Amino acid sequence: MLSFVGRSFIEKVITLFFVSIVSFLIIHMAPGEPSQVDPMNPKFTPEMVERFRHEFHLNKPLHLQYVLFYRDLFSGKTVSWKDNQSVLKKIWERFLNSLPLFIVGSILTWTLSFPIGIRSAIYRGGMYDRSATFLSYFLISIPGFFFAYLLIILIVTKLHVPVIGMETFGLGAAPWLHFLMDRVWHLLLPSVLAATAGIAVLSRYVRAQMLEVEGQDYIRTAKAKGLPQEQVHYKHALRNALLPFVTMFGLILPGLIGGSVIIESIFSWPGMGRMAYEAILARDYPVILTVNFISAVLVLAGTFISDILYLVVDPRIRL
Amino acid sequence: MRVTKPPDASYTVEEPLAPKRTRIREFWVLFKQNRLAIFGLGIFILFFFTALAGLFLTSGKDPILDAALIRLEEKLRPPLSRPNLDALQPEALPAFGVYVLGTDDLGRDVFVRMLQGAWVSLTVGFVAVGISVMVGIFMGGIAGYFGQNYIRFNHILLALLLLTSVFLLAAGMRYAGLGVVLFAVLCVLLGLFVRKKGVKTPSVLTGILGKGVISVDSLTMRMVDIMLCFPSFFLILTVVALLPASIYNIMIVIGLTSWMGTTRFVRAEFLSLREQDFVTAAKALGVSDFRIIFRHMMPNAIAPVLVSATIGIATAILLESGLSFLGFGVPPPHATWGNILSDGKGFIFDAPWLTLVPGIAILIVVLCFNLFGEGLRDALNPKLKERH
Amino acid sequence: MDMKEKILSVLDLKVYFTGNELPPSRAVDGLDYHLGRGETVCVVGESGCGKTVSALAVLGLVPMPPGRIVGGKILFEGRDLLELDEPELQKIRGKRIAMVFQEPLTSLNPVFTIGEQIEEAIKVHMRLDPDEARLRCIQLLDDVGIPRAKDRLKDYPHQLSGGQRQRVMIAMALSCDPDVIIADEPTTALDVTIQAQILDLFKSLQESRSMSVLYITHDLGVVADIADRVYVMYAGVIAEQGKRADIFDNPSHPYTQGLLASLPSRSKRGKRLHSIPGTVPNPAYKPVGCPFHPRCRLVIDTCKTQFPEMCEWGSDHLSRCPVLYDMENKQGGS
Repeated sequence: MLSFVGRSFIEKVITLFFVSIVSFLIIHMAPGEPSQVDPMNPKFTPEMVERFRHEFHLNKPLHLQYVLFYRDLFSGKTVSWKDNQSVLKKIWERFLNSLPLFIVGSILTWTLSFPIGIRSAIYRGGMYDRSATFLSYFLISIPGFFFAYLLIILIVTKLHVPVIGMETFGLGAAPWLHFLMDRVWHLLLPSVLAATAGIAVLSRYVRAQMLEVEGQDYIRTAKAKGLPQEQVHYKHALRNALLPFVTMFGLILPGLIGGSVIIESIFSWPGMGRMAYEAILARDYPVILTVNFISAVLVLAGTFISDILYLVVDPRIRL
Repeated sequence: MRVTKPPDASYTVEEPLAPKRTRIREFWVLFKQNRLAIFGLGIFILFFFTALAGLFLTSGKDPILDAALIRLEEKLRPPLSRPNLDALQPEALPAFGVYVLGTDDLGRDVFVRMLQGAWVSLTVGFVAVGISVMVGIFMGGIAGYFGQNYIRFNHILLALLLLTSVFLLAAGMRYAGLGVVLFAVLCVLLGLFVRKKGVKTPSVLTGILGKGVISVDSLTMRMVDIMLCFPSFFLILTVVALLPASIYNIMIVIGLTSWMGTTRFVRAEFLSLREQDFVTAAKALGVSDFRIIFRHMMPNAIAPVLVSATIGIATAILLESGLSFLGFGVPPPHATWGNILSDGKGFIFDAPWLTLVPGIAILIVVLCFNLFGEGLRDALNPKLKERH
Repeated sequence: MDMKEKILSVLDLKVYFTGNELPPSRAVDGLDYHLGRGETVCVVGESGCGKTVSALAVLGLVPMPPGRIVGGKILFEGRDLLELDEPELQKIRGKRIAMVFQEPLTSLNPVFTIGEQIEEAIKVHMRLDPDEARLRCIQLLDDVGIPRAKDRLKDYPHQLSGGQRQRVMIAMALSCDPDVIIADEPTTALDVTIQAQILDLFKSLQESRSMSVLYITHDLGVVADIADRVYVMYAGVIAEQGKRADIFDNPSHPYTQGLLASLPSRSKRGKRLHSIPGTVPNPAYKPVGCPFHPRCRLVIDTCKTQFPEMCEWGSDHLSRCPVLYDMENKQGGS
């Protein structure tokens, strides 16, 4: 068991090494020398280019550039070009802003998709299953920003609730209940939007997994024992169907960044995704590269957690 | 005596054997039952011809319908409104005498722009997926078929040499770069010579050079892992922002960041196919590796690839519209559904059709690709279907 | 035959499977058999002849859809199981009629310990408290010959060998003292030595507990070992039925004769083994008339048009081949 964890850990570290190389090389991906990126951009004054060359040590050989890049990053010396703040500090602040959105979204996704998927699988082919299937395809296919606009129009015109941003401006003196409700309203719509696609995809997975398990011989055995239906479905089938989702649970971590770019920019939510988007708009390379690296680290951390979780729940891998 | 009634004799089948059905017929019978998939296929065909029509009607030097035609006096007209005949030049009149889908903030005909955008969306989807499928099949095929071969130390050395030469050449040091290339070629020739002659080289050297470092399979799969580490949308955004804005760059970037799924499918399929008897039989007959891969194994592995490609097209169209929405999409002279939508977001209350028309169009097309893909999956994999 | 003796009887059962635009697959097509109290009855037939489906139908476990019970009755102590609703069936499954499946590997749930899986049925049907259930569970594992039963309760199925898993399956089936055990090829997936042990286990259990056993198999060797009575099944119907001695000493259906002739034995040493030509018909496209006629050596024109009826060869020895019956009786008469 320890050897499994150790092996998995070493694997992740090796992958991380290569990931660090790839994230470092991203700036070299542009044609020509990285400093010549986007020569038409008025922001790229000669002094800017000089600064760029200096910050990324472009006058040094490639391997040294790599080492220096990560030395600067970890020692907190890398600063954003926009406001000269430390990149790590900036990301941490935005991360805290993203966190509530992420938590509410994940909770919605994971609590709703399971009942939907399981019910679909148990009553497969029925009315419920077919409408759930169609609805989930609909939600998977709808462009997120389009859906967001539809919902904003609906909510703003019908309910007259402000939803853009994290909170309504100038509400400082309002009673705490009003304040709380305001925050909840602002939080709710973006999290629901962030969760819809997730719910649609995940409930399909749950359904497929449930169906797979329901066709297994041991389900027949459980029925032949005379167990009540609920026990067959929710104990014998569900327990097996859940196994793969334990591994997926670790993979929601990276959703912190990648999934939120569009939603956060529509709702002007000052989170990580929006910061990343703004950094790209402003060509704030230190921030872009760091965000890419950190999200890759999050993925690796997620898969590592998944491996360990799997070890805990599947008796067959107890080594 | 106990007499049992004969079982229901209402059937009269002359031939006691089941009628033979070809694989395609079998597939079609299964596919036909899925009404949603048929619906998806229908919309897809419709979409394809619309896009084709859009290409012919709106491109060229003197297009029949000009998507870029600006009529400032006719801006933000709602759908189906009649043009103001007095204010317009005769050649600026809309196609059917009305603005079928309204006009945008520059007075351009949204219907014509949508027609033009259909072709762009279609090509983005197909080319991006084409790239990703090709890379995916290549990598997956190598991993699945040659997976247990080891990459030896000398291979790595050679790759390093070539890489250095590329860097040297890129850095402008022509002579040094060419020198390294020559050196690499010399090494290879020497190696071949040594092997052919069977010359005894010092065993320590061959021992080190011939040592397996990593198997081809794990190398490819680690590459997949590394690629999967980056959140795809953000990675695409980064790269697209770094590269000059162009429709081809977008296709290539989407393609090159989404091949991992196909690689996994193909590898898994190849791994199981490789163990099967018909491959062993082909090998025993002396069929070349290349032929085994493409003649014998690929047709069997193609089903899951086809399914993921169909769904991949849907994803690529969505991705392109998302990029356009954020302002990193296909640059202005081309109209795409994504940038029509993105242009319209400023007028969402005054001119909702600018948001609704492209939004709903994207929704329908993506939905039909998804439904079609699911239908394919069910029909190509009847075993799965039985469980449903 | 007295009705009282019969604990389970299947009358004219028809189970069809509907697929994609094909004619329905008639897996079980007018099947009759019965099982007396304390009796061991074997149902023999090639794979695909409907043995397993008929057994699943008894417990109401035929997957529906695509399966469909088209007609017939399954009487258990006089009640028609096909007319019971799900909760009533649940009271019978496991408690009165238990089943042992073919693949012990996949038939046990991999994520629960064997103790949990055996106790489950006991808790549902017998309302014992946990301690009693655990004791009973240990006793059962002991009975089916699993050493150190107490320690093994906490084992997961993958930690047991194939034979032990099948013993666990049997223990699970025995857990509520059922009246009938249906064993669906319980030894097919096992090694020959383990097979013999499991068969011995069945025999001893049946003697000590006076259960009725319906044993489904394709292995005539097993039949000769344990059966009181035998049903030979072909293409969804009974071809011949009789006591073990009737079937082995006086097979009266060309199919049974063919099956027996294809068994290797010492007297046939050095000779080429007999094999029945052809294959089992596709259950969706069965031949008209006698389903066996394309493979039969005695085929006459009537066989191709008329579904044969059962002919009585002796007390409880019936065979669905009038041709052979007529031939034998004429010879006997002349």
